[in-house]
Amino acid sequence: MSRAKKKDRFMTGVFYAIGWIMLAFLLYLTFTIIFDGIKGFSPDFLGAAGNGIFNQFFNTIYLVFLSLLVSVPIGIGAGVYLAEYAKEGKFLSMVEVSIESLSSLPSIVIGLFGYLVFIMWTGMSWNIVAGALTISILSIPLITTETNNAIRSLPIEYKEGSLGLGATKSETIRKVLIPAAMPQILTGVIMAAGRGFGEAAALLYTSGQSTYVNWHNFWKITSPTSPLNPFRSGETLSLHIWVMRTEGALNPKATEIANFTSAVLVILALLFTLVTRRISDKMRKRNNGGK
Amino acid sequence: MEDKITIENLNLYYSDFHALHDVNMHIQKNEITAFIGPSGCGKSTLLRCLNRMNDLVEGCRIEGSVKLDGTDIYGGDLDVTVLRQRVGMVFQRPNPFPMSVYDNVAYGPKIHGVTDKQELDEIVETSLKQAAIWDDLKDRLNKSALGLSGGQQQRLCIARALAVKPEVLLMDEPTSALDPISTSKIEELALQLKKDYTIVIVTHNMQQAVRISDKTGFFLLGDLVEFGETDQLFSMPKDERTERYITGRFG
Ligand SMILES: Nc1ncnc2c1ncn2[C@@H]1O[C@H](COP(=O)(O)OP(=O)(O)O)[C@@H](O)[C@H]1O
Ligand SMILES: [Mg+2]
Repeated sequence: MSRAKKKDRFMTGVFYAIGWIMLAFLLYLTFTIIFDGIKGFSPDFLGAAGNGIFNQFFNTIYLVFLSLLVSVPIGIGAGVYLAEYAKEGKFLSMVEVSIESLSSLPSIVIGLFGYLVFIMWTGMSWNIVAGALTISILSIPLITTETNNAIRSLPIEYKEGSLGLGATKSETIRKVLIPAAMPQILTGVIMAAGRGFGEAAALLYTSGQSTYVNWHNFWKITSPTSPLNPFRSGETLSLHIWVMRTEGALNPKATEIANFTSAVLVILALLFTLVTRRISDKMRKRNNGGK
Repeated sequence: MEDKITIENLNLYYSDFHALHDVNMHIQKNEITAFIGPSGCGKSTLLRCLNRMNDLVEGCRIEGSVKLDGTDIYGGDLDVTVLRQRVGMVFQRPNPFPMSVYDNVAYGPKIHGVTDKQELDEIVETSLKQAAIWDDLKDRLNKSALGLSGGQQQRLCIARALAVKPEVLLMDEPTSALDPISTSKIEELALQLKKDYTIVIVTHNMQQAVRISDKTGFFLLGDLVEFGETDQLFSMPKDERTERYITGRFG
């Protein structure tokens, strides 16, 4: 065996090992979190009062939903614009790099920015919309970048085929390019939702650290205590973990609640990822005929 | 006979590069016109002028005129989407969209305003029959078009082009990526279709031009060297360069 070949084998082995170690670590982490969560479980954790985290669970889903409502259309729109309409050149590459780095800014900075804009300037108190918008600042770049890349990597033949049939550019984008790019765009959506599930720092001073809801008012969306009222403050699961570990630590069950919350959050995020992945795979299969 | 397409003093530039020099050509209705010549001589470029696909190329500039039934297609009297509906195109590499067979064929008609499901069904069936691929595909209309073989994909693309009821069909080396059997199917198909359509085909294969075309144009470095009846051009070429090319004594 030549030296180059030996080296190649060795490096392949190293990368495999790193891969397996990562996977093992991930599984270990996931199971530990879930196991610890279950260990201290008590039924009142499931409720919407006292030690229960049902409100936080609901808030998390609601906030992620609202932030996707904003970030998906804007992110896809911006990505399509970059890929199809913006003039190629230095300026465009600069914009692309800026967008990519926007999502990697420290989230506490984005959180304080969100606080300034959505809370101070509007004069409102902490609310879920402010939190969702702040998360969107972090997640729009993810969807934009993914959409931009997805559309650019499509074969030029799709576009030519569509235009050649007399379609306009916008019809081509809406009916051929975006559907063809959708499986990959969904990857961006998964990452965007991940920001919403996991983020705590950005929500600290935007969606707030408290929740006052009355489930009897569920459909009275304008009532300040309706769970559906997006302009009420709403603590999410990840923030709840943080709160339980700081000021909430006076609660004798704080550790158990925090652990259980972590478990629920991990499962929720995992579930969302798996379901979206499935949809994306289904789409890919439908588009490509199983190839 | 009247011209379907008239090309007059056509010059085309890719930025500084002068790709077509003073091309004049009369393309007749219900005929197959073939473009032959060595690679890079401007065959695809000229073909793409006929439905303005060169509009997509940045820095591409055109002088002279191309008339479809007497209307200058670059003159502003004809909307480019209408032009491309009337002058359809089949590309070198089969390019079905990543969707079902049905949706591929129905795409064009939907774009042009057909919404009635039953009407769409009929168009899809007719177009696939015209492209001689209905029997192959009728049971897999809802399957992805990307799962088909290359030859099937190309015939699907022809069906897709026919579905918008064009008058002219442009084909850019439609068989260059296909096996001999698929190639002869496409050639038969072209001969069938010329009854109802005007066909312009670019081919890298001289035998193909002989087999199917009525007229042939021979191009060299952006010049249309010779244009005439296919039989005539291949048996008694007028230009020495044509003769050298068709006898394989070129370059
Ligand atoms: N988009 C383009 N930009 C610049 N030059 C081009 C472009 N497309 C083709 N050309 C040039 O124009 C000439 C003719 O090309 P083409 O029409 O594709 O030739 P053919 O189809 O006969 O092989 C070639 O020299 C080619 O390099
Ligand atoms: Mg060519």
